[in-house]
Amino acid sequence: MTGVNLFLQGIMWIFDPTHSDGSGGIPSRIGEQLAYTFGAVAIASLVAIPLGLWIGHTGRGRDIAVSLSGGLRALPSLGLLIIFALGIGIGFKAPLVSFVILAIPPILAGAYSGLEAVDRRTIDAARAQGMTEWQVLTKVELPLGFSLLVGGIRSGVLQVVATATLAYFASGGALGVFINEGLKTRNYAELMGASILVTALALILEGIFALLQRLFVPRGVAAGRIKDVRSRSTRPRTTVGSPIHEGK
Amino acid sequence: MIEFRAVTKQFPDGTVAVDDFSLIIPARQTTVLVGSSGSGKTTILRMINRMVEKTSGDIEIDGEDIHSLNPVKLRRSIGYVMQNSGLLPHRKVVDNVATVPLLNGVKKAAARDAALRLLDTVGLDRALADRYPSQLSGGQQQRVGVARGLAADPNILLMDEPFGAVDPIVRAELQQELVRIQRDLGKTIVFVTHDIDEAFLLGDQVVLLEKGGRIAQAGSPAEILSQPANDFVATFIGADRGRRALRVEVVNGRNVVVDEDGRPTGVLQS
Ligand SMILES: Nc1ncnc2c1ncn2[C@@H]1O[C@H](COP(=O)(O)OP(=O)(O)O)[C@@H](O)[C@H]1O
Ligand SMILES: [Mg+2]
Repeated sequence: MTGVNLFLQGIMWIFDPTHSDGSGGIPSRIGEQLAYTFGAVAIASLVAIPLGLWIGHTGRGRDIAVSLSGGLRALPSLGLLIIFALGIGIGFKAPLVSFVILAIPPILAGAYSGLEAVDRRTIDAARAQGMTEWQVLTKVELPLGFSLLVGGIRSGVLQVVATATLAYFASGGALGVFINEGLKTRNYAELMGASILVTALALILEGIFALLQRLFVPRGVAAGRIKDVRSRSTRPRTTVGSPIHEGK
Repeated sequence: MIEFRAVTKQFPDGTVAVDDFSLIIPARQTTVLVGSSGSGKTTILRMINRMVEKTSGDIEIDGEDIHSLNPVKLRRSIGYVMQNSGLLPHRKVVDNVATVPLLNGVKKAAARDAALRLLDTVGLDRALADRYPSQLSGGQQQRVGVARGLAADPNILLMDEPFGAVDPIVRAELQQELVRIQRDLGKTIVFVTHDIDEAFLLGDQVVLLEKGGRIAQAGSPAEILSQPANDFVATFIGADRGRRALRVEVVNGRNVVVDEDGRPTGVLQS
């Protein structure tokens, strides 16, 4: 069986109407895959965004965040999932918890690096005009760093959408069920079809988030990029002799 | 009036940027702090709006200790213009100018109107109002920075080398513009520069600083030129050379002023 042939069989498997009904059908498995993705990213965001913004705004706790994120990233997803499944039982909860842990590091990094990328002098000037710390955060740092924050969410989404395939290990459904089934029954069309679906899902989400990320580059900054690339990229983060970290 | 009494600033790393600094900055005049890089000018300036907190000593504005005031409120009552304009890149020119009035709760339409009038004041075309800072030249950005500094109609305007990064021709224009604005508005301006010519051009009072914010001499430009307090001052202002070492030569019965090289720069009237 050639590769092209297998690919076509996979496509045919996807569009076979008998595979689309009911709770075990393709649409509902896709729904589960997406529910894991957005559920995990939403919960991770609730934790990681405020924390990341606090780190980025105050410049405190960064080292801890970096090593913590590194540690979380090093955890093998499957191992984590199985441990949680043994701990809290099978179903959707164990996969969800492990996907939340998977999504936290990129979102955290997106939040604090977004704020760190804002020119220190812009922030200094905003504070010197009489903005409160909250106003500096919401009116200056967030709008200017938002695109990188969305970039962090984008990585989180991509990681979870790919990894959600593992949920079936904890009887948690999603597209991994088809892959498992295809492997067990040597149904290569099913195996291929499910893999195509996971890949397509990831690519579509990637496209949407790439677009979103571009959308969130503020207009004045985007305008400046075209005209002012040189001076922007050579701008130092801090000005020598300006006591920028004072006056908080 | 702003008064510094024995003010010292030591940064956490141990640097004593300003050491026992005392000065009276009179109201409605321009006081220029001039000195070489690292002499503590910026630190002194930023202690006035508490962007830098003094380590010891007293700073008063009109007799009121600024440390009894809320720093955010204090900053909103003082205009601040910096070298790199510090404009918000994601906001249009007009919104940048209106920053402080908007923070103070002025209605959007009113703040916008006032901002447009301020563009006139600083000599900017209103057509630039809806541009973003990155779409302006360096000189135009500095004008916007000055307009923003004036927007809340503060009594005090702090300016930290505001014209330091623009080319000499634009700098000369901006200096003249500031002279005109000051004639009209009569603010208490504290202006920082390392350029002695700029200091003499703009300052009613010029304060020459050495390292650690030590005052080498303070006085009017004429006082400093006529009586440099010491060699440091004489060298810094270049009293003994070039176009400051002027002589009078009598030519055709008139007193012609010539410089060090004998080049005529003008004719004495009187
Ligand atoms: N935040 C800071 N931390 C440590 N040292 C500083 C800080 N800001 C300024 N300094 C030091 O204080 C001295 C005066 O700096 P500054 O006031 O910026 O001088 P100027 O504006 O005259 O160039 C310099 O030696 C500078 O390196
Ligand atoms: Mg300085």
